[in-house]
Amino acid sequence: MKPTECSFLFWPMSIAAPPRTQYEAVIGLETHCQLSTATKIFCGCPTTFGAPANSQTCPICLGMPGVLPVLNATVLEYAVKAALALNCQIAPHSKFDRKQYFYPDLPKNYQISQYDLPIAQQGWLEIELVDEQGQSSRKRITIERLHMEEDAGKLVHAGADRLAGSDYSLVDYNRAGVPLCEIVSGPDMRSGVEAAEYAQELRRILRYLGVCDGNMQEGSLRCDVNISVRPVGSPVFGTKVEIKNMNSFSAIQRAIDYEIERQTQALEAGERIRQETRLWEEGSQRTISMRSKEGSSDYRYFPEPDLPPIELTPAQIDHWREELPQLPAQKRHHYEEVLGLSAYDARVLTDERPAAEYFEATVAAGADPKQASNWISGDITAYLKAHKLDIQALPLRPAGLAELLGLIQAGTISGKIAKELLPELLSQGGSPLALVEAKGLTQLSDPAALEAIIDELMVAHPRELEQYRAGKNKLFGFFVGQVMKKTGGRADPRLTNDLLKAKLEG
Amino acid sequence: MSLLKNLGRQLRAGELSATELTQAYLSRIERHDPQVRAYLHVTAEQALRQAGRVDAQLAQGEPLHPLAGIPMGIKDNLCTQGIPTTCASKVLAGFCPPYESTVTAQLSACGAVMVGKTNLDEFAMGSSTENSAYQVTANPWDLKCVPGGSSGGSGAAVAAGLCAAALGSDTGGSIRLPAAFCGVVGLKPTYGRVSRYGLVAYASSLDQIGPLTPTVMDAALVLEAIAGHDPKDSTSLATDVPRYSETLESLSETQPLAGRRVGLVQETLGEGLDPEVNTLFQQAVAHLASLGAEITIISCPRFAYGLPAYYILAPSEASANLARYDGVRYGLRAPEATLLAMYQATRAQGFGPEVKRRIMLGTYTLSAGYYDAYYLKAQKVRTLIKEDFEAAFTQVDVLVSPTAPTPAFKAGEKTADPLSMYLTDLMTIPVNLAGLPALSLPCGFTADGLPVGLQIIGRPLAEADILQVAYAYEQTTPWHHRQPPDLS
Repeated sequence: MKPTECSFLFWPMSIAAPPRTQYEAVIGLETHCQLSTATKIFCGCPTTFGAPANSQTCPICLGMPGVLPVLNATVLEYAVKAALALNCQIAPHSKFDRKQYFYPDLPKNYQISQYDLPIAQQGWLEIELVDEQGQSSRKRITIERLHMEEDAGKLVHAGADRLAGSDYSLVDYNRAGVPLCEIVSGPDMRSGVEAAEYAQELRRILRYLGVCDGNMQEGSLRCDVNISVRPVGSPVFGTKVEIKNMNSFSAIQRAIDYEIERQTQALEAGERIRQETRLWEEGSQRTISMRSKEGSSDYRYFPEPDLPPIELTPAQIDHWREELPQLPAQKRHHYEEVLGLSAYDARVLTDERPAAEYFEATVAAGADPKQASNWISGDITAYLKAHKLDIQALPLRPAGLAELLGLIQAGTISGKIAKELLPELLSQGGSPLALVEAKGLTQLSDPAALEAIIDELMVAHPRELEQYRAGKNKLFGFFVGQVMKKTGGRADPRLTNDLLKAKLEG
Repeated sequence: MSLLKNLGRQLRAGELSATELTQAYLSRIERHDPQVRAYLHVTAEQALRQAGRVDAQLAQGEPLHPLAGIPMGIKDNLCTQGIPTTCASKVLAGFCPPYESTVTAQLSACGAVMVGKTNLDEFAMGSSTENSAYQVTANPWDLKCVPGGSSGGSGAAVAAGLCAAALGSDTGGSIRLPAAFCGVVGLKPTYGRVSRYGLVAYASSLDQIGPLTPTVMDAALVLEAIAGHDPKDSTSLATDVPRYSETLESLSETQPLAGRRVGLVQETLGEGLDPEVNTLFQQAVAHLASLGAEITIISCPRFAYGLPAYYILAPSEASANLARYDGVRYGLRAPEATLLAMYQATRAQGFGPEVKRRIMLGTYTLSAGYYDAYYLKAQKVRTLIKEDFEAAFTQVDVLVSPTAPTPAFKAGEKTADPLSMYLTDLMTIPVNLAGLPALSLPCGFTADGLPVGLQIIGRPLAEADILQVAYAYEQTTPWHHRQPPDLS
C-alpha cells in the first residue's frame, strides 16, 4: 500500500480528508470517411456496398505485379471540398506516401496514404450543444489534418471473431482501394457528448457536400477515439488510449463515458494507464483491451514513386470553394438569429440538407418560419418516415406548404382542417386552396350564420345550458364541439369561442 | 543497315512469309537456346498465331507496321496475359497475369511476334543474369562469360539471333550493360518516355523499358512503337513521340556530326577502368571527332556518389514493391499453420539471396531513425547528380563514357562478392538517377573477342540526339557486322 493511502486511512476522522482530485478527459477523434465516388481511388472498379465478395476487383486493387495506381480526380475534388468546408488550409503542394505493414487485407502490403504533406491542415468546425433547458452553447473544435488514402479489404474469419483463434480466414477485396479521407481533430473535446456532437456535425457537413454518405453501419464513417484523463488544471496530457469499433454516435458517447470512468478510477487507485487500443463492446457496454501500443510500429513511410506530386492552383481551389453549399452551422445561425427559431428547432431542421432547403423554400414562398418549422419537423417528417420517402420526392412542394400555412393564417381554414387535408396534399400535391374550395371546407367566419347555429343548439340542449349557467364551466367545450359537429369543423374557432361566450353567458 | 527494315522489306515483297520467319527463329531457338539459355518460356503457339494474322494482313494487301511479323523476345518481368511471367523468381513460378503490359500490347497491335520470355536476374536485381532462380544465360560471344544483366536473356537472344529485337528494362543499367556485354544496341529511354504499366516493379522511380536490337535503326523503330503517354501510368510523359527512324535517315553522310558537342565524362575514365576498354573508348571518341563532333572533357564531380545513392534508393523502393509477394493471393504459397509462418516460409523459399539482400537493405534504410541519414540523404545526392548533368548539358549536346568498366566477365567470377558486382554498374547508374536517356552500342572488341560498349547520354527526351550520334558512329564502323562465333 502506498504511503499516501496509509496516511489517509489513519488520520483521525475529525480532520477533513483532502479534497478529492477532479479529473478531466482530453478527447480527440480520427475519422475515416468513405468518399462517395462511383469508382475506387486508384482504379476503375465500382465502390457499391454489398456486392458479392471480390466481384469489384481488378489487377490494380488486388495489387498484382506490375500494375500502377492512377488518382481518381473526383477523390481530390471531394477531399479538397471537405477540407474547405472544415476551414482548412489547402496545401498547394502535396503528395502520396506508402505506409508499410503486412496484413492479408492489404493487397500490396503497403497502403497508399499521405504522411508529411497532407492535402489539408489547420481547420476547425463548430459544434452546438443544446442542454435540457434548451440553452445552446457553441464550441470550436480544431481539425489538425485531412488526408486521402485507400481503404483495405475485409477479412472474414472462420471459427472466431478475430484472426487469432480462427480456423481460416477469407479476404474480400471489394473494399480495397475505396477512397477514404481521414480527418484528425485536435484534442479539444472534454466529454462524450461533445465528441458525439463533433462526429455528428462532421457527418452533417460531409453529407451537405455530398462527398460521403456517412453511413456508420456500412462503415462509410468510422470514428476512432483517442482519450486520456488528467487532473483538472494539469498542463500535460495523460497516457492516451485508443478506442475503436463504435458504429453509432451514441456508442461513441457511451464508450467515452465508460472510458473516462475506467481511467479515472484507475488513476485514483494509483494505477498506471496502459497505452493501448481498446474495443467498444456493444453487448456488454464496455471497452476491452485489444492490443498494446507501447513501442509503436514503424510504418517505414516514403514518398509513393508511382504517383506524381499533387499541385493545386489558387484558381482551382477557389473554383471548388465557390461550389460549396451553405453549411449546417451557417444555416443554424441564420435560423436562430434572423428567422427567430429556437436552437433546438434550428438543429432539427438543419440536420439534413434537403429538409433545410425545403424549409427555406417554404419561407421564401411567404410562410411564417415558426409555422413552417413546426409543420416540417412534425407532420411532414412523420409522414416521410412512415412512407420511407425523401423530402425531395414529396408531391407537396414548398410553395404548396406555404399556401396551406397562408390559408390558416388568413383564417380561410382552421389548423384542424389543414391537418385533415395534409395526407391528401402530401400524397397528391396540388394547390391547397383549390382542394379547400373543391371540398367546400372554407372556414365559416360569418358571425350571423354562427349565431344562428348557436341559438339552435341552446334550444336543443336546455339542460346543459342550465348547468353551464349554474357554474359548470367545463360544459363550454361541449358547446364548442356541437358547433364544430354542426359545421363539419369549418367554424372559425376564435369567433366561435367569442360568440359562444357571449351567448351562453346570456 | 537495319535487320528490321530488311526483314520488313522481304515480308512486303513476298520473299518470306511472317510464318516462315517465325518458324526460322523458333528453330534457331530450338537449336541454340540449350546452350545460350536466353529464354525462360518459348511461346511458339502464340507466335505462330500472331504470324498467321500478319500473313493474312499481307494477303489482304493491308499496310504493315515496320514491326509487323518481327520475332521479338520479351523480358520476363513484363506482364503478358495468360503467359507465364516469373521475373525469374520462384515466388512467381507459374504466375500468368490476367492482364497485358502496355508495351507488349503496343507491340502486339503493331503485329510484332513475341517468340518467348527472356531470362533475367531475379526481379531485375543484378548485373550478370546469374541471379535468375531458373538458369544462367551464356554470353553468345563466349559461353563461359555472363551476358550482363539484368536483361541478359534479351541481350543474349539478340546477339545469338534468337530473336530480331527484344525488350528489356533498365533500373541501373540493366539494358545498357547486357547490350555492351553482348555486342548489341540497348536504349534506356528518358524516365516517363515509355509506360511502365505491366512492368513488374523493382525500383519504380528508376525503372524504364527499352529496346535491345542488332542496330541503332532497329532501336529507333522499336522505341517509336512503345513510346508515348499512357493514362495507366501517371509517371508517363505526355510529350509527342518524334519519328526517330526518320531523323536518322536525314543525317548528312559526309560530316554527320558537324556542330555536335560531345562531352567525355572525366569521372568514368579513372581507376578500375580496364585498359582495353579504355583504348577502344578513346578510339571511339577519336572516331566521333572525325565525323565532325567537337570533343570536350566534362566533369560531373558527384558522378561517383551515384552508386551508393542508388544502393539506398533502389532497395528502399524494392522493399515496398516486393512486399506483395506474400502467398496470400498469387504465386508461391508455403503451406504453414499460421499467417506469420506462411509469410515467412513463402518469402524465405520464394526469394533468392540477392533479392533478400536488397529487401533487407531497403527495409533498414527506411526504418525510423535511419530514414534521414540514408533515404533522405540519397535523395539529395540524386538531386546533386541531376544538377551535375544539367550543368554538363549547358556545354555539350551529349555525354559519352564506356558503358561498363570491363568487358563481360566469367560466370561465377563475382557471385561471391556483391560489391564488385555492383561496381559493374558504376557508369550507368547515375543516368537512371537523373532520369536521362542513354544508349549503348558496340565500339570494338577485346583481344579475346569480347564486345565493348560505348554509352551515349542525352538531355531529357533527347532520344533523337543520342540515336543520331550512335547511328553516325555505327554507319562508319564495322562492329555491327560482326557475328558471334558459330553456336554449334
